[in-house]
Amino acid sequence: MSTDPPGNGPALRFDLDRPWCVHDRVAVRPEPFGALLYHFGTRRLSFLKNATVLAVVRSLAEYPTARSACVAAGVTPAALPAYERALATLAESQMITERAAS
Amino acid sequence: MSSVVPRLVEQFELGLAAPICLTWELTYACNLACVHCLSSSGRRDPRELTTAECRDVIDTLQRMQVFYVNIGGGEPTVRPDFWELVDYATAHQVGVKFSTNGVKIDAEVARRLAASDYVDVQISLDGATPEVNDAVRGAGSYATAVRAMGHLRAAGFEGFKVSVVMTRHNIGQLDELKALADSYGAQLRLTRLRPSGRGADTWPELHPTAAQQRQLYDWLRAHGEQVLTGDSFFHLAPLGGPLPGLNLCGAGRVVCLIDPVGDVYACPFAIHEEFLAGSVRQPGGFETVWRDSALFVGLRRPTSGGACRSCGFFDSCRGGCMAAKFFTGLPLDGPDPECVRGLGERALQDADSAAAPRPALDHSHRSAPVPVTIGRPPARACDENPLAGLAAGARS
Repeated sequence: MSTDPPGNGPALRFDLDRPWCVHDRVAVRPEPFGALLYHFGTRRLSFLKNATVLAVVRSLAEYPTARSACVAAGVTPAALPAYERALATLAESQMITERAAS
Repeated sequence: MSSVVPRLVEQFELGLAAPICLTWELTYACNLACVHCLSSSGRRDPRELTTAECRDVIDTLQRMQVFYVNIGGGEPTVRPDFWELVDYATAHQVGVKFSTNGVKIDAEVARRLAASDYVDVQISLDGATPEVNDAVRGAGSYATAVRAMGHLRAAGFEGFKVSVVMTRHNIGQLDELKALADSYGAQLRLTRLRPSGRGADTWPELHPTAAQQRQLYDWLRAHGEQVLTGDSFFHLAPLGGPLPGLNLCGAGRVVCLIDPVGDVYACPFAIHEEFLAGSVRQPGGFETVWRDSALFVGLRRPTSGGACRSCGFFDSCRGGCMAAKFFTGLPLDGPDPECVRGLGERALQDADSAAAPRPALDHSHRSAPVPVTIGRPPARACDENPLAGLAAGARS
């Protein structure tokens, strides 16, 4: 389960300028602190630590790029790197996946 | 993420919208009589939930978005409707992980399980050898378990779980247990023995020594996330840092139990009136109990840590296991009986073990039929009539 503090994290192979979506085997459940994600394939659990990152994740499929989903959710340029790392972590655990460009 | 977010552990202690690890004991019936059974199982309870009531519970879990349910017992597969309920759950977006001694896992069942992505199997085994295992789980139980494991391997079910309760007698078999699980393509799961159910009777002799706890902790650290623990060893965190997983008592916050008669307890290791939150049969059902029961709301209030607050390790051990403290007669706001600083052992010397709480219910098998007694001997040894020798109207 991912509880890495900001600043650590996986090597960034995550591309903000591609289209993404929640993996179809993943359930997202809002919680008071953000959300819980459960992947029925890998049987892994992940956390989203605030409401903004939850909004980003839930809206990914509706935006042409992850970057535009972040902007729409109110993520400032200064905050963007932290969200990029969070999304990279989710991609690494297959919670989110690239979708075919529409 | 500009706002200061409280530590996730502290957030979890305040409760979740739905349990993560929900245990549902489907029946108290069991073909075995393991000496440490947390639910004192053996005999079915006549009030157990009907199939229809079980389906209603599953509907509720789906509505609450419970990701998966840990089904156990007793031996859940002895319920005639077990497979129907598993299929119903998976058809309603509720994953199933069920715990079994393997008695009903034949080749066909194994193939069926291997074909489903939403069902996981956990075989209970408490030793790498029949001698060690059967001493706790009964003669033949090792053979039953490995037979089931063989069927699962043959069916191509990779990653099923082999779950071991750690005792004084099997901590010396850690490497063998790992090798055994590996040889079946299974994942090893090690959990803590709690003094719950029948475990209360044998805990003093069966629980690991302090030296063995350290041995276990070091082994778990060395094996990282390859070995599951049910998050049950967080009391060992002061030995060198937290183990992977959630390091806190999840009772009423992250976990809870639905028992075979529909009673909801804070934790499967706390089957006692003190930790009874309500019933799935009450108005509003399980959802209302989880969200609004007085017990759970109380458990979710921020705790002060009590007598442990001044200990520098409280942040990592969070005071240990509530059930372990309760059933050894220790106060809940003090150290765990297996506190790695030895503070629990000291407290146990002061506690009166005869006064330790015992639950009202015991579904254990009775070892022999209960003899009927009339209350007085017959007038003559060969009399068949129990009233022989009595005057009419006389009291015996």
